[in-house]
Amino acid sequence: MVNDSILDVKRIREDFPILRRRINNKRPVYLDSTATTQKPRAVIDAIVNYYENYNANVHRGIYRLSEEATDLYEKSRKNIGNFIGAREDSIVFVRNTTEALNLIAYSYGNLLREGDEILTTIMEHHSNIVPWQFLSRKGVKLVFADINPDGTLNMDDFIGKINKRTRIVTVTHVSNVLGTINDVEEIGKIAHDQGAVFIVDGAQSVPHMPVDVRRINADFLAFSGHKMLGPMGIGVLYGRKDILESMDPFMGGGEMISEVHTYGSKWAEVPLKFEAGTPNVEGAVGLSAAVDYLRSLGMDNVRGHEKYLVSYALERLGSIEDIQIYGPKDPEKRGGVISFNFRNIRSERIHEQLRKEGIMIHPHDVATILDMDSVMVRSGHHCAQPLMERLDVPATSRASFYIYNDRDDVDALYDAIGKVRGVLRI
Amino acid sequence: MSERDYELDNIYMEFILENYRNPKNYGSMDNPTVERSGSNPLCGDEITIYLRIENNRIVDVRFTGRGCAISQASASILTEMIKGKDLDYVKGLKEEDLLSALGIELSPARLKCAFLSYRVLKDSVSGF
Repeated sequence: MVNDSILDVKRIREDFPILRRRINNKRPVYLDSTATTQKPRAVIDAIVNYYENYNANVHRGIYRLSEEATDLYEKSRKNIGNFIGAREDSIVFVRNTTEALNLIAYSYGNLLREGDEILTTIMEHHSNIVPWQFLSRKGVKLVFADINPDGTLNMDDFIGKINKRTRIVTVTHVSNVLGTINDVEEIGKIAHDQGAVFIVDGAQSVPHMPVDVRRINADFLAFSGHKMLGPMGIGVLYGRKDILESMDPFMGGGEMISEVHTYGSKWAEVPLKFEAGTPNVEGAVGLSAAVDYLRSLGMDNVRGHEKYLVSYALERLGSIEDIQIYGPKDPEKRGGVISFNFRNIRSERIHEQLRKEGIMIHPHDVATILDMDSVMVRSGHHCAQPLMERLDVPATSRASFYIYNDRDDVDALYDAIGKVRGVLRI
Repeated sequence: MSERDYELDNIYMEFILENYRNPKNYGSMDNPTVERSGSNPLCGDEITIYLRIENNRIVDVRFTGRGCAISQASASILTEMIKGKDLDYVKGLKEEDLLSALGIELSPARLKCAFLSYRVLKDSVSGF
């Protein structure tokens, strides 16, 4: 076990104004970065700077200020594309990962016919399930690959379910519940061998590890700005340019057209074809600043830091007898996410009829009790109800780590978990 | 901005915890007059209520369920409130009545937990 992180967390924390807050007179132990991350001063400043010095509507104004705003917006697109190894003309700005996946489901989904199949996995977020369910109306079949007992994807099951009818393979890069890192490179090869397009939900990978669209064989990659230090309301859809060009627009309106006549229109070039209406320039600028911040740390170092923290957390939480941890035990196969539950309790203190099955301390009680020590974890189904059913649990508690977390946060989590049974006197 | 001081411990008062660990009227019932189930899909709390009704009176009540301390304690306390009471009392019962019986302050998210058994109960007597 390495005792020091590659990152200087103490210095990083100083960059995050919110971490100076005291909640209940306690230091905030923020362990919910999988839901959304905190924002560094550099991102907040970039947004303020945009509004104080450059705000104008983009792409249409002839005056200097509008040109400057357009320039900032397009430079942000280039910078963000660069971050994932993509050219700017294949980067579509959207609101978030959910919108990106809906865009593909609508626009690429138009090209699908009855009898076509979409192959996904049981560990997906609802945003990579529900948009595909919409296509079942026209007879497109949604197929789920299963997981192994250790929470990794069952590749035999996956390979057994792909066939000539599979038109889309859509897989999360990193599970937001299990933390599982899927071998997207391999999955992409298998998808392409069958002639399917390959979509990667990068919401939990792009913020946490180096991701290059060329290396992972992705035809599409979707991710959200707010989960990677950027503002809410901005996300990215990367798409292979020739595929984007073959697709119909998602929404109609301004920005996405080249000509509009009374009874017909022509579309703008990709990517503007998919960006109807005034875009979120502030969001793009903020996300670009977030990308600069992450790049200055180095994505290999970000990944290394999380691997170091998750190893430590697996070791500490793993030592608590009452706790069951879900997902891979090998930090090489896991991102900085740990879902856990209390095992069923059969103590003498509980009703004899309940004692047979035992009481499972509910994750909501766990989260409430942890919050007394300002330890903030998520509890619930994490927008992954099919996975909860597969694991046969109503919900889990989930702690997730990022660049501003350190071993002291894991220790605070460990200590707070130790208080749960005491508070409930169970 | 003022710091709100959350007195979170308050929701786990001994009265609540006792009803969580040792719920009253816990278990299923053979041949109930009515049996209704409900859940909060968002958190996975589940409650089933069984009523035996004779001459417009709740002569016996049972429940089974699983979920958080608040949802389960609330079901236990609610069954105690209605046992032996007339149907009119049950129909006239308000959310505030249950809340004051619980004696704790709940956040909006946890109110849903507390009211699960109340919803199931109201549903179970709606046909009478």
